[in-house]
Amino acid sequence: MIASLSGLTTEFVATKINYGAVLPMLVVFGAAMIGVLVEAFAPRAVRYGAQVGVALVGLVAAFMAVVLAVGHQGSTLAGAVVIDGPALFLQGTILALSVLSVLAMAERFDGIGADAFTAQGAAAPGSPQESAAVRAGATTTEVFPLTMFAIGGMLLFPAAGDLLTMFVALEVLSLPLYILSGLASRRRLLSQEASLKYFLLGAFSSAFFLFGAALLFGYSGSMDLGVIAKAIGTQSGMDGLLVPGVLLVLVGLLFKIGAVPFHSWTPDVYQGAPTPVTGFMAACTKVAAFGAILRFVYVGVGDSRWDWAPALWAVAILTMVVGAVLSITQTDVKRLLAYSSIAHAGFVLTGLLAFDRVGVSSVMFYVVAYGFSTIAAFAIVSLVRDGGSEATHLSQWAGLGRTHPIVAGAFAFLLLAFAGIPLTSGFTAKFAVFSAAIGHGATPLAVVGVLASAIAAFVYVRVIVLMYFTESGGDSVRVVPPSILTSAAVTIGVAMTLVLGVVPAPLLDLASRSALFLR
Amino acid sequence: MHLVQLSASSAVRLAGAGAAQPASGVTSLAWLLVVLPLLGAAILLFGGRRTNRFGPALATVLSWASFGIGAVIFLAMLGRSADQRVEVLSLYSWIPAGGFQLEAGMLVDPLSMAFVLLVTFVGSLILVYSLAYMEHDPDRRRFFGFLNLFVASMLLLVLADSYLLLYVGWEGVGLASYLLIGFWNQIPANASAANKAFVANRVGDFGMSVAIMLMFATFGTVTFAGVDAGVAGANQGTLTAIGLLLLLGACSKSAQFPLQSWLGDAMAGPTPVSALIHAATMVTAGVYLVVRSHVIFEGTPTAQTFVVVAGAITLIFGAVVGCAKDDVKKVLAASTMSQIGYMMLAAGLGPVGYVFAIFHLLNHGFFKAGMFLGAGSVMHGMNDQVDMRRFGNLSGAMKITWFTFGIGWLSILGVPPFSGFFSKDKIIEAAFIGEGWRPWVFGGAALIGAAITAFYMSRLFFMTFQGEKRWPRDAHPHESPRRMTVPMIVLATGSAFLGLILGPTNAIASWLEPVTGRSPEGEPVIAVPVLMSLTLLLVAGGVALAWVQYWRDKVPVAAPAGSLLTRAARQDLYQDDVNEALLMRPGLHLTRSLVFFDSRGVDGAVGGLAALIGGTSARVRRVQNGFVRSYALTMLAGVVVILGAVWVVQ
Amino acid sequence: MTNPYVPLLFLAACGVGFAVVSVLGLSFVGPRRYNRAKVDAYECGIEPTPQALGGGKVPVKYYLTAMLFIIFDIESVFLYPFAVAFSKLGLFALVEMVLFILTVFVAYAYVWRRGGLEWD
Repeated sequence: MIASLSGLTTEFVATKINYGAVLPMLVVFGAAMIGVLVEAFAPRAVRYGAQVGVALVGLVAAFMAVVLAVGHQGSTLAGAVVIDGPALFLQGTILALSVLSVLAMAERFDGIGADAFTAQGAAAPGSPQESAAVRAGATTTEVFPLTMFAIGGMLLFPAAGDLLTMFVALEVLSLPLYILSGLASRRRLLSQEASLKYFLLGAFSSAFFLFGAALLFGYSGSMDLGVIAKAIGTQSGMDGLLVPGVLLVLVGLLFKIGAVPFHSWTPDVYQGAPTPVTGFMAACTKVAAFGAILRFVYVGVGDSRWDWAPALWAVAILTMVVGAVLSITQTDVKRLLAYSSIAHAGFVLTGLLAFDRVGVSSVMFYVVAYGFSTIAAFAIVSLVRDGGSEATHLSQWAGLGRTHPIVAGAFAFLLLAFAGIPLTSGFTAKFAVFSAAIGHGATPLAVVGVLASAIAAFVYVRVIVLMYFTESGGDSVRVVPPSILTSAAVTIGVAMTLVLGVVPAPLLDLASRSALFLR
Repeated sequence: MHLVQLSASSAVRLAGAGAAQPASGVTSLAWLLVVLPLLGAAILLFGGRRTNRFGPALATVLSWASFGIGAVIFLAMLGRSADQRVEVLSLYSWIPAGGFQLEAGMLVDPLSMAFVLLVTFVGSLILVYSLAYMEHDPDRRRFFGFLNLFVASMLLLVLADSYLLLYVGWEGVGLASYLLIGFWNQIPANASAANKAFVANRVGDFGMSVAIMLMFATFGTVTFAGVDAGVAGANQGTLTAIGLLLLLGACSKSAQFPLQSWLGDAMAGPTPVSALIHAATMVTAGVYLVVRSHVIFEGTPTAQTFVVVAGAITLIFGAVVGCAKDDVKKVLAASTMSQIGYMMLAAGLGPVGYVFAIFHLLNHGFFKAGMFLGAGSVMHGMNDQVDMRRFGNLSGAMKITWFTFGIGWLSILGVPPFSGFFSKDKIIEAAFIGEGWRPWVFGGAALIGAAITAFYMSRLFFMTFQGEKRWPRDAHPHESPRRMTVPMIVLATGSAFLGLILGPTNAIASWLEPVTGRSPEGEPVIAVPVLMSLTLLLVAGGVALAWVQYWRDKVPVAAPAGSLLTRAARQDLYQDDVNEALLMRPGLHLTRSLVFFDSRGVDGAVGGLAALIGGTSARVRRVQNGFVRSYALTMLAGVVVILGAVWVVQ
Repeated sequence: MTNPYVPLLFLAACGVGFAVVSVLGLSFVGPRRYNRAKVDAYECGIEPTPQALGGGKVPVKYYLTAMLFIIFDIESVFLYPFAVAFSKLGLFALVEMVLFILTVFVAYAYVWRRGGLEWD
């Protein structure tokens, strides 16, 4: 006791760091730093190429580091980071999805910079500065380092061993996203509004997370998930703090996945943000946030679930129903996909509430399947243009099946996957989560889920009807021919959607094998 | 954790004689049955304009090839003894993870082979017919691609060895049907018809998917063999729930009460589609499902009764609607509904009915497809006119159509010795077997249905081919080209002789015995000869009444106002209004109250259902108003409610 | 023994009470003399300079500089204890600290090169 109080008199012991385990994160953060330096020192002409190159090389290298890290599993950095099966699976997923996202973001058609992003984020929309920036050929290549920082946070999020690390990861992944949301090249006011909303509500939810973490610290005397788990079995005199603490932390996490009633930001932000960024948020943020929820719930506070699981049940049911029902009335493709993503978050929660290893693997499979489909879907949305801007109003999509059969066909296929039609990944994923729920006493949830997906299917088919069975309103809507970048993102997304529907075996198997948390 | 590994080796006994065994010999080629038409669909749909020239012919050839393989497998099966006719071909391990193991496999047994032959044979004939019928359509290639997709999905549906794989085919045929109903989507009504079919099918899909998950939760497996083996030990309530959910699926796919309303509108599709999908094959999938799940239904008398009731109501309902319609295709659609009602009734009666349900299904596949092709031929000759009041006396102008249609007509009436007689009469007999009120009610319904069928089918036949000419001025009816008449002749031959070959020889009963078990002997409550005479008498009465009204007397070109019942029947007995009141209105109110939008503007992008799903950007949404402070308040309210609820509960 | 959180609750109550009393008290007791200075952004500070071009927005450069200051402020917060215990910490901590400073300098380099430090 005395020794630790007068710390200076004792020998300093450096924390053991398992560099193999944290290498993926180091690589991504390192690439992000290089990106910032490129931004600082490289001449304007080479920045775009250098940034895309650095980002892609970094992501691929990090993915290989994840594969290598399989041999370095364990708790490291004094328990702050835990690299285990689920962490590695989700990190791999995030990196794979990020590659597609970066490809979609890098699309520049015939322009000089990435097409989806404004020339100068700081210039007020419509101001002389903005036109000056456009004339000067300015590009916002900062989006790539920002994306890399967000990815780094996402990698840390599901691997966080204590609530403090989890919070830091939450902020590291959120802050770049706030900025990215505000950088759309068209309809900039909408984009900036989305950014500010996301920031304010995100800060609000972070406060809930912190408050919950503080209560849990009061309850157990530690931020460490393992210690909290141990404390649950014992009486401490502070028992009243446990359930509110758990629920408040969950609020902060549920905000990130867009669960009802913490979903209101989703449609506005998804609509306002640059479309590739929306795809990135819908896919990667969800993967990371579900990873964090899984770890918090399964490793930390699972033993007290009888006290708070009913609340999560209610949230899951509300999320599925509200997401599906509200998507019916949407007239904007991006808002529709936003509500669809809310409903999907509800389906994933269903699997999570199985409280079993099968639940973990089904959730992990679901986020992979959904991630690939959703990135491809948003990439396609970014291709359909009316004049210069994206044609996101549904009526503008009428007759697309006749004028652009391939793009419409791919989008229709992705919608069928969202609807959970067999032989798409959506079906396998839904089946996995629902059967996990039914197998472990959450049958009512699965029934609501099937009902909600029946409602949602109607919405998706409405879009298909629109594309194929309705005459187009005018011929000003067209599909911009994509470069290899977007084509690759769409092709890989669609292909994965098909492959995971027809031969899901290898991935299901991998998810199942890596579904065990290290406690 | 359920760890169930079901493959060929561990497949459990099937009811009836034989145990499943791994596929050998030609049966191991069964996968080609599905793959060939699927390949055709892929080539045509993805091949683009390059395949315009040879695509339709290729699709037809691949479908015939599929039939050829089916025939070879069938012959090989014939060569084996009855207890060796059930074979399982495992393909690959589909979903192998964790608690859920599923091999995708094919169950090749007498029941599935009966369907394979029906689907490939009738399907191929109809493809040949379409080569001529669709000759001038610019989108011909897409049409043939969709038809091939349909054939592949239907074959997958009947060859699946588990409910899950069956569900894949189930969705596939739904998708193909949907695409083909809306094929001529220039006409907005067609798109809305396609939509209606889709919505009705989603209701059924809901039933199917919950049933499958319930099966998984109860039995730990979803293969037919595994489920059948588990039924004995399952609790009655669960079985009833599974049975009713499966019935919901069957009702939506087979257009049975109360989900029948889509079938009439589905006639918006091209006529060959109506013949193949909405008469001969897809709509009978519900009957297949009930017969395939007979072990479940035998375990739950409640669900079984519901099957019979649904069948009985639909068979009367369809017949009544058929009496009032003037659109030749809609009459045939109503008739299809009614005939499938017969099959459902038979399938619900238990072991006495399975064989006759399938038997009637096969006969119906021939005579109804034949009549639809006949109707298509008439339309072809009459400038796409469908109003029977503008036909009349076509027998001279279109001799082959008249003759083949006539055979179909006699067959559906149940006139011996045509096919329909052998199956329909047996169903009526079977419905009269039993104790208490059931035989009288169900048998009575079947009997009355037969009489009404005789009336409306004769009405159709007389109004179209007999009586006097009521043609529009510009009509020059002529016989269709050979590629259309040959399939009609082949189907008519089947309608004439199939029953005679399979029925009296008992061939169909012994063929299906490995699947459905032996039919028990039972005595109807009315002696068989009396019953048979009574049936024929009623049929003759129906024909006579139709003769008086629609051949002897003049048929007005404009439809008369008609009685209350006629008017109701013309409106499909107000089924659409009932659906709207029961399903759409509450749905609409639910949606509206959830988003608080004002009902001023509703965009008409999707047609009939737009009221439910549409919305305009101008509407006011009080919840999603865009103010960040309201969003924050929503979050806070959510937190307070959750914490409060947990606090109260504790 | 009382619960250790009771004093904490008392403190919280004091804090809330103070805020409520001062806000309410001000509106009851305080004199109301409105003039132009009262509606300025900083009633007791300097006028925001330079005036925003379009209409009344506060220039962002002020905050940019303030934020940069905070970053280096935070850095020195970490540097101070490190400097005090340097002799005990050894090579490992030195490497870590150099990495930390470099990280902050990357951000600094970006701001510098992209003109964030130029006032006009």
